[in-house]
Amino acid sequence: MDFNTIIQILDSAVRLSTPLLLACLAGLYSERSGIFDIGLEGKMLAGAFAAGAMSAYAGMPVIEGGLGMTWGMAWMGVGAAIAVSIVLALIHGFASITLRGNQLISGVAINFFAAGSTVLIGQYWFRSGGQTPPLSGAQRFGPIELPFAGVLKDVPILGPIYEGLISGHNILVYVAFAAVPLTWWILFRTRFGLRLRAVGENPGAVDTAGISVVKQRYAAVLIAGVLCGLAGAYLSLGTSAAGFVKDMSAGKGFIALAALIFAKWQPKAALGASLLFGLLEAIGNRYQSIDLGVFVVPVQFMQALPYILTVVILAGFIGKAIPPAAGGEPYVKER
Amino acid sequence: MNKGLPKWADIVLIPLLSLTLAFLVSGLVVMFIGKDPIEAVKVMVSGALGKFGIGYTLYYTTNFIFTGLAVAIAFHARMFNIGGEGQAGIGGVGVAVVLLAVDWPHWTVAIVAASIGAMVFGAAWAAIPAYLQAKRGSHIVITTIMFNWIGSALIVYLLVGPLQAPGMVPETLGFSAGSSIPTLNDIFPAFDKHAPANISLFLALFAAFGVWVLIWKTRLGYEIRAFGHSEKAAIYAGIKPVKIIMVAMLVSGALAGMMAVNTVQGEAERLILDTVQGAGFVGIAVALMGRSHPVGVVLAAFLFGILYQGGGELSFAMGIPREMIVVIQALVIMFVGSLENMVRIPVERLFVRFRKGAA
Repeated sequence: MDFNTIIQILDSAVRLSTPLLLACLAGLYSERSGIFDIGLEGKMLAGAFAAGAMSAYAGMPVIEGGLGMTWGMAWMGVGAAIAVSIVLALIHGFASITLRGNQLISGVAINFFAAGSTVLIGQYWFRSGGQTPPLSGAQRFGPIELPFAGVLKDVPILGPIYEGLISGHNILVYVAFAAVPLTWWILFRTRFGLRLRAVGENPGAVDTAGISVVKQRYAAVLIAGVLCGLAGAYLSLGTSAAGFVKDMSAGKGFIALAALIFAKWQPKAALGASLLFGLLEAIGNRYQSIDLGVFVVPVQFMQALPYILTVVILAGFIGKAIPPAAGGEPYVKER
Repeated sequence: MNKGLPKWADIVLIPLLSLTLAFLVSGLVVMFIGKDPIEAVKVMVSGALGKFGIGYTLYYTTNFIFTGLAVAIAFHARMFNIGGEGQAGIGGVGVAVVLLAVDWPHWTVAIVAASIGAMVFGAAWAAIPAYLQAKRGSHIVITTIMFNWIGSALIVYLLVGPLQAPGMVPETLGFSAGSSIPTLNDIFPAFDKHAPANISLFLALFAAFGVWVLIWKTRLGYEIRAFGHSEKAAIYAGIKPVKIIMVAMLVSGALAGMMAVNTVQGEAERLILDTVQGAGFVGIAVALMGRSHPVGVVLAAFLFGILYQGGGELSFAMGIPREMIVVIQALVIMFVGSLENMVRIPVERLFVRFRKGAA
């Protein structure tokens, strides 16, 4: 394996880990505030559909019933993705915060709702088996060449790393990576973040201090909606799929959930876990099986590895993953 | 919890109201995509209950009884087994291994052997999450989700590797003729000849009866319910949490695995990819709707059988994609499950007011 191949695999890992990272951070806000979210997958999928559909509609000529826009369609798509994902997040919030229903069941329902309705509406609008029309140009997010990437290309080692790995991604990739320090700062350096973590650990204490547990949790669930929307928009507007395809989230929401546990609900570790799982996927995509000399690792094992690692972490054999203390428990104010 | 609610309101009225809401919203979805919901209901019901359709409806019903019971029994111990999908899939591997290993002389022996294979493999797939929950406190919902994905990767590996029949198709060899179980058409000629419903429907009904006996008529069932009501009180009464968690989850996994007798032995007659097709998840909706009671589960499973078969008819007759069923399923889980208090709280208030008026 030469240096260029390594750069290519890492580059692909960065692309593949972007939706994981965004969804993982979404789950982090929600679960840190005490609301379990296994609906990441559904919100991401619905976001991907909304982004694909809106971007296609915005770019469609006026004669064909579209908006006939020539630029900014992708951003319209992002807006739609966030809006739809927020609606699902609000349903989850209403069920789990206001009605004190079962958060896990709510998440399951949201996943199914997204899986079914995206195909249903997609077929109704575009009549091509649930897909949105192929997107091109400003309907998608193209690669961004960072300054001096061309000039520095020939510098040994660092040149290819800068040009091939760091530069040349689309805007959502950089947004995702920037969201990590931002999340860390919000959670650990702001009053909002302190309160958010507190409602996830001991909502009674927060309530006693005169802060609304309900508002704080809704805020967290909304942020999760925004981030899942971005993750979805990335899938349909920022990858080679160039549009929405039925079931395109393909379990990424669950890998993100796995990454969240693997990262023990810490923002910096979430970055590491998402990159690791993205790397596993990148290796799995490139090599059908890996011959270690002694035995051959089948590609299915690589695909299952994120889940296996998460179970191992959950089992507490390699460091214990302890979820926020009040996670999954509806808060009942004493009367 | 159900302060002042009579039992019938709790187990019949509230689920029915929630279900009605779910169907109303489903109707709105149908209207949104420009179709007539009344027409859709007619197509579904006539498609699912006609001479041709009923054989399919009962085939789906069989699956959903097994997976619904699986989720229900875990609910009794206050555990959410979301891993029915994986357990049923691995149960299929168990069926295939048993039926491929021996050339079974007669289906009566083969179905017993296949059932044991299905239950052992299904239970084994539930065993690790159960053990981790019982001993290490790892959240069973997350571990069973992870095991669904690990299971599907394992099945793909087996079907393109060790268990693959010669050729390129990811499937095993066909089972021998001796392991072919009778379809309902073989027993009652009134059923359509091609319909896949088979004798395992009776196994499912028997399983429902068995679960009823276990939960309400045995000491173990009492312990499971006690544990589900209050873990602390159960421990104080000398009930061992590790035992209850393990037993409830193993039975749950075994029931989910049993589904494979219907699909793998009864229908495909070889192991193919994706035999479960979401039935593990339908089990969640079925258990919620059936209030985790075997009678409720059987009724809810039949309803979902109608939805699944009728949903197929929808795409033929009205051009509504099959995914409509997934949307209905989601809305049922939502309204009967997570949004239940939206119905329960007003109903409770109504009953309280009514009582005050009467007194």
